Amino acid sequence: MNLITCRDLCISYNGYLAVDHVSFSLDAGDYLCVVGENGSGKSTLAKGLLRLVKPQSGSITFSGMKRTEIGYLPQQTVVQKDFPATVFEVVLSGCLNSRGLRPFYSKKEKKSAMAQLRLLNMEELCKKSYRDLSGGQQQRVLLARALCATKRLLLLDEPVTGLDPVITSELYSLVKQLNQEQNITVIMVSHDIASAVNYADKILHMDREARFFGSTQDYMTTELYHHMIGGCGHG
Amino acid sequence: MVEFFTNFFSYDFLNRALLVGILVSLCAALLGVSLVLKRYSMIGDGLSHVSFGVLSIAVAMNWAPLPVSIPVVMAAAFLLLRLSENSKIKGDAAIALISSSSLAIGVIVTSLTSGMNADVFNYMFGSILAVSQSDVWISVTLSVIVLILYVVLYNKIFAITFDENFAKATGTKAGLYNMILAFLTAITIVIGMRLMGALLISSLIIFPALTAMRVCKGFKGVIITSSVVAVTCFFVGLVFSFLFSTPAGATVVVVNLMALLLFTIAGTLIRSKHTR
Repeated sequence: MNLITCRDLCISYNGYLAVDHVSFSLDAGDYLCVVGENGSGKSTLAKGLLRLVKPQSGSITFSGMKRTEIGYLPQQTVVQKDFPATVFEVVLSGCLNSRGLRPFYSKKEKKSAMAQLRLLNMEELCKKSYRDLSGGQQQRVLLARALCATKRLLLLDEPVTGLDPVITSELYSLVKQLNQEQNITVIMVSHDIASAVNYADKILHMDREARFFGSTQDYMTTELYHHMIGGCGHG
Repeated sequence: MVEFFTNFFSYDFLNRALLVGILVSLCAALLGVSLVLKRYSMIGDGLSHVSFGVLSIAVAMNWAPLPVSIPVVMAAAFLLLRLSENSKIKGDAAIALISSSSLAIGVIVTSLTSGMNADVFNYMFGSILAVSQSDVWISVTLSVIVLILYVVLYNKIFAITFDENFAKATGTKAGLYNMILAFLTAITIVIGMRLMGALLISSLIIFPALTAMRVCKGFKGVIITSSVVAVTCFFVGLVFSFLFSTPAGATVVVVNLMALLLFTIAGTLIRSKHTR
């Protein structure tokens, strides 16, 4: 059964059409990479899926999934870089959505936050201030927070920007592991085409409209893919 | 010393000012942390000017000042929040427009009715004599409501302050909590304005938060430190103003400034020790 269905989705961003009649559907347990060049509407599509921006037309349907079951790893904002909060406070805030109207965190949520930190090898940083961490460490804290919120779907918006190669590959295999072992649906917006085809089982290639949507094997035979690889070959 | 404080506490108006002032400082300090971090400091400033305009109209019309100004300033808070969220209109410019307009209207209304006299001066820079017995009850009730709501919503407020998009994306009603934050700020400003003055009240929101951020690592630490700093500074400010017969609002601001400088130095020392 389809978990997410997008039909003829159009979203404008700052007055111009960034996502143009995009349709696709995902099953539970899928791993989708959204690829494309800068300004191709990848991030806008992600924001649309999360209802952070309103679609102009078309529809997004989640079946059997509530918004509180989504984990999200956003791109970092300027405000956060200098934010006075401990690592633990940030990670714990990922549990907020499962609390509903109950005001305070229980032991269970605190444990879950610690478990996510342990998973990412960041236990000893838990009392540190978020603003004193390196960019890569901050990114991992945000990932831990996203994992706290994730029940069914994990959406990552360019998660490896600013990470070194070792942490990058750790992050990729961690996400893959979550996807396979806990059957969590993953949507990743990425520039890193080589890793995208390596880990994802579905690809959506955006260029304002969806230029390709289908399995990774099929994508690797297309002209688009070879163009992207050629384009990225220098890097 | 003992004699001084017996003397200090023997004035009814001082006791009232102290009670209301401490509660307002506490509310302002709590809300201020989020407002400063969310880059909403200007909203506090804008609201105090709107509050000045409404208050002068209320006094000219012989209406009860607090019950009239609170709903109007809340409406203004709603409007200002909308303006600053809308990226098409430049939010800071819009806030500046609204605040200077209401200041102008307030000054005109006051000068037409009672003339440009001590009243205007008191509204602008505050007066500890302005807190009447009925104001005390309203102020205490409202501040307690603000404090309770803040504690209950603490985790949600942290989430929308740290990352509004994440909160929204994962199903927290960020818009609603932003609105609550703005409303609580509006209430705090109206209550504190007569004491601190329209031009000085925003300092209660901004100073303690900035002061606490110089040294604290965690959000909870910042919240607690900023509350303690705010209450201490208000008390010290009031005592100094009594001792040296200086205007209360301005004295509190200067004490806050001292605290900020002190904490900045302390913060630099701590950090240099760590890096060594």
